[in-house]
Amino acid sequence: MLGGGIVKGMVETARNFLGSYTDEARLTTVEYPEERIPAKENARQFPFLVFDGADPMAGLRCVACQICEKECPPQCIYIVKDTAKKPDYTGKLQFQPKVFNIDLSVCMSCQICVEVCPFDAIKMDTEYELARTDRFGALVFDKNRLAKPNAYFHKLHPTDGAEVDGRLAAEKAKAEAKAKADAEAKLKAAAEAKAKAAAAAAAAPPVAPPPASPPAA
Amino acid sequence: MLAFLQSLLQMVWKTVTDQPSPKSLFLSHVPEEWRPLVSAFLSVLPIVMVFPMLFALTTVVERKGLGRIQNRPGPNRVGPAGFLQFAADGIKAIIKEDVVPRAADRVVHFIAPLVLVVPVLLSYSVLPFGRNLVPIDLDTGLLFFFAVGAVTELAVFMAGWSSRNKYSLLGATRAIAQMISYEIPLILSALTVVMVVGTLSLPAIAEAQGPAPGGWLCRWHFFTPWGFAGFWLFLVAACAEANRSPFDLPEGESEIIAGYYLEYSGFKFALFFLGEYLGLFAASGLGITLFLGGWHAPFAFLEGWIPGWVWFLGKLVALILLFIWVRGTLPRVRMDQLMNFAWKFMLPLTLVNMLGAGLWHFLTNPIARWGLPAVLIGGAYVVLGRGLMPRSRVGPRVYRYAD
Repeated sequence: MLGGGIVKGMVETARNFLGSYTDEARLTTVEYPEERIPAKENARQFPFLVFDGADPMAGLRCVACQICEKECPPQCIYIVKDTAKKPDYTGKLQFQPKVFNIDLSVCMSCQICVEVCPFDAIKMDTEYELARTDRFGALVFDKNRLAKPNAYFHKLHPTDGAEVDGRLAAEKAKAEAKAKADAEAKLKAAAEAKAKAAAAAAAAPPVAPPPASPPAA
Repeated sequence: MLAFLQSLLQMVWKTVTDQPSPKSLFLSHVPEEWRPLVSAFLSVLPIVMVFPMLFALTTVVERKGLGRIQNRPGPNRVGPAGFLQFAADGIKAIIKEDVVPRAADRVVHFIAPLVLVVPVLLSYSVLPFGRNLVPIDLDTGLLFFFAVGAVTELAVFMAGWSSRNKYSLLGATRAIAQMISYEIPLILSALTVVMVVGTLSLPAIAEAQGPAPGGWLCRWHFFTPWGFAGFWLFLVAACAEANRSPFDLPEGESEIIAGYYLEYSGFKFALFFLGEYLGLFAASGLGITLFLGGWHAPFAFLEGWIPGWVWFLGKLVALILLFIWVRGTLPRVRMDQLMNFAWKFMLPLTLVNMLGAGLWHFLTNPIARWGLPAVLIGGAYVVLGRGLMPRSRVGPRVYRYAD
């Protein structure tokens, strides 16, 4: 029937209208300031720097390699290398950033800094209420404001955090094992050298030319 | 002083209870030479107060209703359940910067919103809001209404032309084409009532739809075959006249941004908005007067003890809600569909409807009187509707080369 489609459509909208009052599940709107959806695990908003231990500046994983600074598409990262070094998680001495600034107004939340960081030092925060009343200083985050503990990273991204921690622990164990092996090898080499020296000292008096030709021949 | 206050209160009481000549006692306290002016002012005041208020509430109800139709809550921040949103919007419109394009024709650009709003308000002056609530009882009220209503087209074109903007002009030309096309079915569908009642006076037309002596049902024209068809034709044409969805091509925000009021901001835009809605209310009011019995109740036993303006306002609100519902349902039509609909469907159907009204007027046998116009109009509806359907044969697509 001509006009039947209009009636059908009107019935459908009426059903929606009435249904929105009777069926709570229809209203999908999240009324933001009062209620909010917990961030998804892979959500990303603005980077932060991860530190281990209790002291943010001492535990900072960043070694000021400046890869993120170079890779950042909108160039919002600014790093100045410090001349003083500090030990990293394996105990090896590394560079550290003297200045590490990220400009919030420039950052485009692309996560490339996180992808390129070889030290798992920079990760993405899910905090999105970043508006500030000051247009200039407050939008530049320095390393003190950027530093967040590893536990915070775990809270935001549990899967990624576990993976990173496992890898770092494995590396640390490997490094420790290597150091131990190195030390043992060194000890052994030293002992060997010592033994050799002793043997040489013992063998030296009878023959003047050293071990090139065996004395027993 | 006391007598003056008493007369004032009596005037309000008489107005609210719909009694005859509410102003007479109050006017007797006014000097002779001031009486016409004060009387006119007293008639204008309620219109200027009630209908913009109704507009304000309609904007909120519309936004909330459309929201609910789309399964979202709609505005719910300002005031209880968001019902003070109109106040926030109004304050925003007033304090907003009024930007006028440098190339615009400043004078025409300035007066266009006024030219829209003032005639629309004028058209309220002939509508009978209640048994005794008619601002002006003109003998040619219907003619006056349409004559004044036609000024809207001028205002729209003034706005579109003076903005010196391509989109504005496109919107204005669309609006002109649409309004002129739909003015004809609008007037022709209203004409059936004039044919049957035999007067152009709107209070007389409303009066004629009262209950028959001894009958239980009011003789609304809506309850006759020609009136039923005429009402829906009138409603569609009024919808198009007011540039309401689904006929809101002149705005067409997805293609021509906002049409003729693209270059309007702040309070001028609010005035356009107001004018558009007031025009819709006025057209609905006319539709009520012509087809839905004006201030009459639907049943005889409800007549008299409920004031007429309550019925009028109730029907008006019902029509506004219907318009909102239609807006939430139907998508915007295309320009060619719009024109085809006006000239190939609405216009022939209104002409057939006039024939039906003529048959109704002259036939006396009740079966023929009801049956003939109904069959005539129903048949025309089906035949014209079939003719309007696109005759394209949509089948499975045939690929010439790919197979």
